[in-house]
Amino acid sequence: MTETLVAPSRRSTAQRVVSTILTSRESAIAFVLILVVAAATLNTKSFLFSEDGWRDLLLTPAILLLLATGQAVVIITRNVDLSVGSTLALTAYLTGRLFVDNPGIPIVAVVAIGMLAGAGLGLINGLLVALGRVPALVITLGTLYIYRGVVLSWAGSNRINASDMPDGFLSLGTKSILTIPVLTILALVVLGIVGYYLRTARGGRELYAIGSDPDAANLYGLKVRRRVIGAFVLCGALAGLAGVVYAARYGTISSGAGQDIELQAVGAAVIGGVAIFGGSGSVWGAAIGAWLLITINRALPILGVQDFWQQAVVGALILGAIVLDRVLAARRSRKLVEARDIA
Amino acid sequence: MNASGPVALQLEQVRKSFGPVVALRSGSLTVHSGSIHALVGENGAGKSTLVKIVAGVYQRDGGEFLLHGESVDFSSTAASKDAGIAVIYQEPTLFPDLSVTENIFMGRQPLGAGRRIDRKAMHEEALGLFSRLGVNLDPRRLAEGLSIADQQIIEIAKAISLDASVLIMDEPTAALSGVEVERLFAVARSLRDEGRALVFISHRFEEVFALCDTVTVMRDGDYISTDPIAETTSSQIVAKMVGREVGDLFPKTPAEIGEPVLTVKELESAGVFHDVTFDVRAGEIVALAGLVGAGRSEIARAIFGVDGYDSGTVQLNGRVVRPRSPRAAIRAGMGFVPEDRRQQGLVTEASVAHNVAAVIRSRIARWGLLTNGSETRTAAPWAGRLEVKTNALDMHATTMSGGNQQKVVIAKWLATQPSLLIIDEPTRGIDIGTKAEVHRLISELAGQGMAILMISSELPEVLGMADRVLVVHEGHITANLDRADATPESVMTAATNTMEVSA
Repeated sequence: MTETLVAPSRRSTAQRVVSTILTSRESAIAFVLILVVAAATLNTKSFLFSEDGWRDLLLTPAILLLLATGQAVVIITRNVDLSVGSTLALTAYLTGRLFVDNPGIPIVAVVAIGMLAGAGLGLINGLLVALGRVPALVITLGTLYIYRGVVLSWAGSNRINASDMPDGFLSLGTKSILTIPVLTILALVVLGIVGYYLRTARGGRELYAIGSDPDAANLYGLKVRRRVIGAFVLCGALAGLAGVVYAARYGTISSGAGQDIELQAVGAAVIGGVAIFGGSGSVWGAAIGAWLLITINRALPILGVQDFWQQAVVGALILGAIVLDRVLAARRSRKLVEARDIA
Repeated sequence: MNASGPVALQLEQVRKSFGPVVALRSGSLTVHSGSIHALVGENGAGKSTLVKIVAGVYQRDGGEFLLHGESVDFSSTAASKDAGIAVIYQEPTLFPDLSVTENIFMGRQPLGAGRRIDRKAMHEEALGLFSRLGVNLDPRRLAEGLSIADQQIIEIAKAISLDASVLIMDEPTAALSGVEVERLFAVARSLRDEGRALVFISHRFEEVFALCDTVTVMRDGDYISTDPIAETTSSQIVAKMVGREVGDLFPKTPAEIGEPVLTVKELESAGVFHDVTFDVRAGEIVALAGLVGAGRSEIARAIFGVDGYDSGTVQLNGRVVRPRSPRAAIRAGMGFVPEDRRQQGLVTEASVAHNVAAVIRSRIARWGLLTNGSETRTAAPWAGRLEVKTNALDMHATTMSGGNQQKVVIAKWLATQPSLLIIDEPTRGIDIGTKAEVHRLISELAGQGMAILMISSELPEVLGMADRVLVVHEGHITANLDRADATPESVMTAATNTMEVSA
């Protein structure tokens, strides 16, 4: 085993791929997700084996999945975006207003405007973080309240109802292709594109490098500021898309939409193995984390767990994930250091 | 020899200062294509600053900077890289979370179809680079946990893959074994023969003479001389580098050596240091010498309890000190002045009195409350004794010069009346005038019977201050030299000790 630490590995590509998949954090979380679904299904058959159960299992996580994907990208650069919940509320309300004020507006245009608006809000975050040299935690905590304030004063006590929006748009929330809800497909496609970009594009790898060691990234001549701003813009755009999806899925939008969902997005990323100090993890993990978080919340009442303990289980999951990360990281670095004495 | 090619890199009278500290007064350097140019000088002579200006990390305050005959002004490292300059830094800068291959190619990975990274080509190219360098490294493993030598190899591979016309190596051999150094030299020579210009910074003269054709000497931020290597000798270079008598700078007062205060036995920490055994007596200044990354600071941190260790004991005044507890170490009578005083030694936003009183808070607090008055009363005599030049004790530490900050940190520990003071790099970043004051202070403390363990990378400081020199090499103490036996040669030999164990 030790020779693989220093000398080139002699294992074949296939062996390496299999062992990487088996030992990855993503598959561990996926395994927990399967356990949760299995437990809930054993208790109540309809959790999985009914049309509604199947649809809910796939459809409910779609919004958080989009947010967690964007959040993971930002966290990988050693930043965080707490404003995504407010961004979601703003774009969801914007979506409703667009339909109310411009009858007959094409759905595609609304989606594009929603994403653009989100990207704009993300750009503000990114500029403040990159140019102001203030920690993202503080900046986005500020914009969380500012963006929410904008929605509150804009919407007031108004509420957009399903009747205000065209049926073609609302049917997106219920339509399925091959039993898979359209909104879920949309989220998965976005996830796939972002994941592919992070893995195979220079820009994607640079995001990891920046999160791993920002000073080294500067010495390498990477465009650190531009990349960080880009990550925030992407995160904002995905939050904007999540806002449009929110409108399609729920049909009613008030100024309180998406409150506290930013913390769920961060939690999903952390549970999925995205290191909070940046540099490692993947959007796949964050997506499975989001799925697990939502599914656990739905499964626990079925399993007869009380309200208080439902919250506690989520908390324990996050703490457990972090402790596990620390233990594994400590073990790995110890192993790598000891390999030096052997060599 | 044959410094024949056109001038590739030329710096004239380049200046750079950081606040009140002048790092580079008049740096000049002319490097020809097809030449390996040595740049030598003591630590603090301004070599690294010069390198960082060429690399675009710092911008010069004045002077000329020509690349291939054209005046250039790099505002960023990317600009310097694009102009064909590759730099290998003294301390490797890698991304621990990424693979070895990604570290080499970050920012300029080979692209395949659709501008996607071609991982296969990238790994093959990395393997090619490693075989050219003759090393056996898994290109897929993470960079985390690599030894300094392996990290250095990655830096070198990175620089070679850049295909640069000017390659600067800032002490690339400091942590390499003899075989690795030979391989590096072979690569350097082949790069020279391809017509590239190389700058080689090293403290090891035998390497300079074996590899380079021209040598430039710097001292205290000034350019001193440039000579063809064939027309100079190492003693001439040393004379130019030092340029003054060591004795003048280090007013070491003789002190009475007493009983052992600190006794370290068989201290062991896997992968960091091994079998560390020594003692420090009352009134004695013991220096831990060695190259950057040899494990000196780690040993000191373990003794003070900041880091843990696997086995062995630390005794102070005959009593075992609990591991992993700086509190226990302070209570037992240790003081620790860290290397990075801004980050670890001082609360720079707090007043001098706060800082000095910080470690003895519990002793001067009344009913658990601290008053400014009690702090100032305690701090005043100590700061006065050290001649901390501040107008008032309520002045903030952040506005003081490096030398005065260092004195405040030392004052802070003196207030605890320690029997052992550990000082890591006592004069780093302090300008030459104030250095002597810090040295005089340390020497005085030893004269009063305090045991002092000093870590220093500056050879003159080690030789001038220490009663005894312990040389650390790759985590082992390779020499224990008395003041009389400690010469630059004996210390450097032990520090670069290349007992070939690795295959």
